[in-house]
Amino acid sequence: MAAHHPAAGDNVTPVIDLQGITKVYGSGDTEVRALDGIDLSIARGDYVAIMGASGSGKSTLMNIVGALDASTEGHYALDGISIDDLDESALSIVRNRKIGFIFQSFNLIPRTSALSNVELPLVYRGVRRKERRERAIAALTSVGLADRMHHMPNELSGGQQQRVAVARALVAEPSLLLADEPTGNLDSRSTGDVLDLMGELHDQGRTIVMITHEDDVAAHAGRVVTLVDGRISEDRRNSA
Amino acid sequence: MNVIETVRIGLQGIAANKLRSGLTMLGILIGVASVIVLMAIGNGASVAVTASIESLGTNTLTVRHGTFSGDRASTRTQFKDLTVDDAVALVDPILAPDVVSATPVVTAATTCTFEGSSYSTSVTGTWPSYFDASNSPIGTGTPLTADDVLNSRRSIVLGQTVIGELFGDVDPLEKTVTCGGVPFTVVGTIEEKGSSGFLDADDVAVAPLSTVQSKLTGYGSLDSILVQASSSETSTAAESEVTSILDQRHGTTSEANRDYQVLNQAALISTVQDTIGIFTVLLGAVAAISLLVGGIGITNIMLVTVTERTREIGIRKAIGARKSAIMTQFLIEAMVLSVIGGGIGVLLALLATRITIADVTPVIVPSSVIGAFVVSVSIGLFFGSYPANRAASLRPIEALRHE
Repeated sequence: MAAHHPAAGDNVTPVIDLQGITKVYGSGDTEVRALDGIDLSIARGDYVAIMGASGSGKSTLMNIVGALDASTEGHYALDGISIDDLDESALSIVRNRKIGFIFQSFNLIPRTSALSNVELPLVYRGVRRKERRERAIAALTSVGLADRMHHMPNELSGGQQQRVAVARALVAEPSLLLADEPTGNLDSRSTGDVLDLMGELHDQGRTIVMITHEDDVAAHAGRVVTLVDGRISEDRRNSA
Repeated sequence: MNVIETVRIGLQGIAANKLRSGLTMLGILIGVASVIVLMAIGNGASVAVTASIESLGTNTLTVRHGTFSGDRASTRTQFKDLTVDDAVALVDPILAPDVVSATPVVTAATTCTFEGSSYSTSVTGTWPSYFDASNSPIGTGTPLTADDVLNSRRSIVLGQTVIGELFGDVDPLEKTVTCGGVPFTVVGTIEEKGSSGFLDADDVAVAPLSTVQSKLTGYGSLDSILVQASSSETSTAAESEVTSILDQRHGTTSEANRDYQVLNQAALISTVQDTIGIFTVLLGAVAAISLLVGGIGITNIMLVTVTERTREIGIRKAIGARKSAIMTQFLIEAMVLSVIGGGIGVLLALLATRITIADVTPVIVPSSVIGAFVVSVSIGLFFGSYPANRAASLRPIEALRHE
């Protein structure tokens, strides 16, 4: 697959632009500041790992970056589009067009073939059946699962399921691949496969944000952002 | 995201849990089928009873001697007989323009025998106009004639039930039957009228009035006078004409001390139809409750489905399903359950109503078929909307976290 540059963006506008993002749960005595003034900019084509211990706020950050949750304060622009004031329906469209999710627990739809799972983002986008099928097959082929298209998720190994999930994230040509502990449920061999795949995608020019708590997984990324208590404690580049 | 796609996703959801979907459909199926079948049975009963009354003639009035209320009769000072003169007086082109004929009738409960077989029936003594007035066409042989009546001949015309009981396969014409010890010659038979299960119109034996009175009943009051109106529309007018003539002849001063009563077949039909109509509505209401219960079954199952598939809903939302898409998906699942359930229910009802139950042949009410189906679909929509809305309103992060 050739390097891909979405029409909406240029190479100057960051894919993710977070300014003073704060997320507060509860109020008064029970108030918890999960995120406390996060400023983060991620450029197009970057491969960023967000690290942190549990409770550091990395999941909250993932939800906000993934347009699944709104921040309490601050501004977030995704691919140049401010999404602070979007309603639920508009957020659905943003998620569908701009973000490809990869989850720790794969999150394929059960009793639905790999091909149908990969097609799903295109279904919700309203792409015609024939084109949808072609693109889904291409995406599955690119993750090396062309021969497993008609298998149900429970007929696939964990590593294969995660590759289907990667294909699903890719198929809609999003601006951002957002992976939440993508190797958390995988054995070491599958972990290697999936990380290699992510590396290939990065080489093709995709922007990847990966949340993890494992140093050796984060080592694959070009940039590592570490969160502690809802603040960025470290932001460094790995030497290639 | 078009409708066909949503329907496909909905169907996949149903196919994923066949047993549960099947049982839910069964609830709707039973509801729809029972509405249609019970309405058809009610309607069939109404049709059968109406037909059996109509077989007696819708344009006839029956004037009966006495009243049904015994104690009122016992306090009467005058209790005049219903006489042949009364019958003659009813045919009056000026006072009773709507009356075509009036036929005196006496009946004698007897046992008739023929070569060893015997059968208890009632012998009707009457005039030849009886056959026309009672809508009893002659099958074979001849009807009674005026001559038979004048000469008190021992001629008899039999209905099919009596023939079957006494003669079996033997041709009854010109044979001699003995009724109440009196030998009668069979001169004719009445065509089969059919039994409705309520009264057997074929269980008749008709002989000349004069013969029956002289040999069997004696010369007391007539049992009834069969009055033929010019049409079923004029039967009500004829009824009031008959009443006014008889009131005058019997010196009746008020309705309470009338010594006869008039039965109007047309009025009877409408009364019977009204009564059965009420029962039909009652049956339909009971069936409608089962349809409602089926609908609640859909809500129940859809709520379970939504809870069970919370995570799936979360995934769909995360990858860009809009609220409306999720809503439609679950609504369509509910609708498909009710449409398939309702459709099979209609088919089953159409089959079931071909069976005759307790002598009643069900007659399908077309509006009940359409109504039950439309209601079942609306039930899917109505009872599915709450779970569907609940699914659509789930927040994606919470739905994704759901185990």
